[in-house]
Amino acid sequence: MPHAIEFQNVSKKFNKASYYAIHNICLTIKAGEFVTILGSSGCGKTTLLKLINRLYDPDEGKITLFDEDVQTVDVIQVRRRIGYVIQQVGLFPHMTIADNVATVPNLLKWEREKINRRTDELLELVGLEPKEFKDRYPSQLSGGQQQRVGLARALATDPKIMLLDEPFGAIDSITRFKLQDELKQIHGGLKKTFLFVTHDIEEAFKMGTRVMIMNEGRISQFDTPRAIVKNPADDYVTSLVNAAREKDRFWEEYQ
Amino acid sequence: MIEYFVKYSDKLLTALAEHVCLVLISLFFSLLLAALLTLLSSYSSLMSKLLVSLFSMIYSIPSLAMFAMLIPLTGLGRTTAILVLVVYNQYLLLRNFITGLDEVEPAIVEAATGMGMTTFQVLTKVRLPLSRAAIFAGIRLALVSTIGIATIAAQVNAGGLGAVLFDGLRTFNMNKILWGSLLSAGLAVGANLLLGFAEKKLGGKSVEDEL
Repeated sequence: MPHAIEFQNVSKKFNKASYYAIHNICLTIKAGEFVTILGSSGCGKTTLLKLINRLYDPDEGKITLFDEDVQTVDVIQVRRRIGYVIQQVGLFPHMTIADNVATVPNLLKWEREKINRRTDELLELVGLEPKEFKDRYPSQLSGGQQQRVGLARALATDPKIMLLDEPFGAIDSITRFKLQDELKQIHGGLKKTFLFVTHDIEEAFKMGTRVMIMNEGRISQFDTPRAIVKNPADDYVTSLVNAAREKDRFWEEYQ
Repeated sequence: MIEYFVKYSDKLLTALAEHVCLVLISLFFSLLLAALLTLLSSYSSLMSKLLVSLFSMIYSIPSLAMFAMLIPLTGLGRTTAILVLVVYNQYLLLRNFITGLDEVEPAIVEAATGMGMTTFQVLTKVRLPLSRAAIFAGIRLALVSTIGIATIAAQVNAGGLGAVLFDGLRTFNMNKILWGSLLSAGLAVGANLLLGFAEKKLGGKSVEDEL
C-alpha cells in the first residue's frame, strides 16, 4: 500500500529570510494515521502543512500523496482533494452554515439533492442538529460551534487527507477537551489520514498515533507518544517532556 | 423664479436630461473600466499599487485643465467630457474597490484558497460579496463627483446644467444661476439617496445586520 504522504528532502525558504523554514525534511505517513505536529511558533509546522496542499511550494525536494507528485497535479485539484481546517476557522460570514459546509460540493457542481443530504450528514457527524443550524449565519455561533462547522466543511467531499492547523487553538479548554475526544472518534470512524498541528504538548500526545516534534525547520523526533517519552531524541524533546511533567507536578500539589 | 421655470421649463429640463445622460454614460464606462482594472489588480499587488498611484496623480489635475488639455486630441463636445469623467472616476472607484477587497479577513481568503477555489472564485464568491459596503461607497462617491464635475464640462460644449450655470454667470442672470445650481445640487443629493436605497434593497440581508 502506498504512503499517504511522503516528503523527500524537502526544503523551503521564504523570500528575504536567511534561514530555512523547512530544512531537508524526509518523512512518510501511512494511510489512516493520526499524526500530530508539535513545536513552538516559528518552527515550521504550519509551513510543512501548507506545503502539502500547495499553499506554498517547496524550493527543493519532492512531496507525494499516494505516490503522486503534488507538483504534477493541478493545484486546484490537489486542494479539493484535501480537507483543510485552520485556527481562525475562516467561515464565510455572508453564507449560511449549510452553504458554508457545501462550499466544495457547490464548486464541484453536485446535484442539489445530494448536497442537501451530505450537508445534513456532516452536521450530524460534528454534533450540530441540522434543522437548528443550517440556516444560521456563522456570527450566530459560538467559537466551538464555528470550528465544528469548519470541520464539517473540510470533510464535505470525503477527502483522504485532512490537514488541521491548530483547529482548537482559540477555543476554551473545556470545549477544547470535548472537541479533541470527538475529533479522535471521527478519525477512528473515517479511516482518513489526519495531520494535526498544535503547540500544546498534551494535545499532541493525546491525539496522535504518532507525534512529530519540530524545531527550527527540522524534525527532532517522529515516533509514538510512548517511545518519545521513553527515549527523547535530543535536548529539545527532553525539555518539552520535562515541561509537561513540571505542569503535572503543579496540579498534584493541589491534591 | 418659479415663473422663469414655467416659461423656460423645456430648456431647463433638456439641460437636466443632458446632464443625467452625460453622468450615466460616464458612470457606465467608469464602472466597466474599474471592474476590469480591479480584476487585473486582484492578480497582482504591484499592478494594484501602480494603478492607484497613477490615477491618484491624474485625479489631482484640476478638471478644467484636464478638459483643456484634451481639446487638441478629442475636440470640443461630449466625448472629451466623458473621457475626463471616466478617468477621474477610476481613482475613486479603484481605491474603494481595491481597499474593500483587501480588507476581507485574510483567514477567510486563506480558507477559501485552501479549499480549492480559483483566484477568480475567491474574488466572486468571497471577496466581492464581503466588500459590498466599500464598493457601494465608491460608486456613490463617483456618482456625486461625476454630477459635480459634469457641470464644468459645459466649458467644452458638452451641454447639461453647467451650460445653464455658466450662461447665467456670463449674463448676470440670477434665475439661470439659481436654477442651474439648484438642479445640479438636487440631482447630486437625489442620486446619492437613490443609490443608498438601492444598496439596501439589493443587499437583502447584509452582513452588518447579522452582527
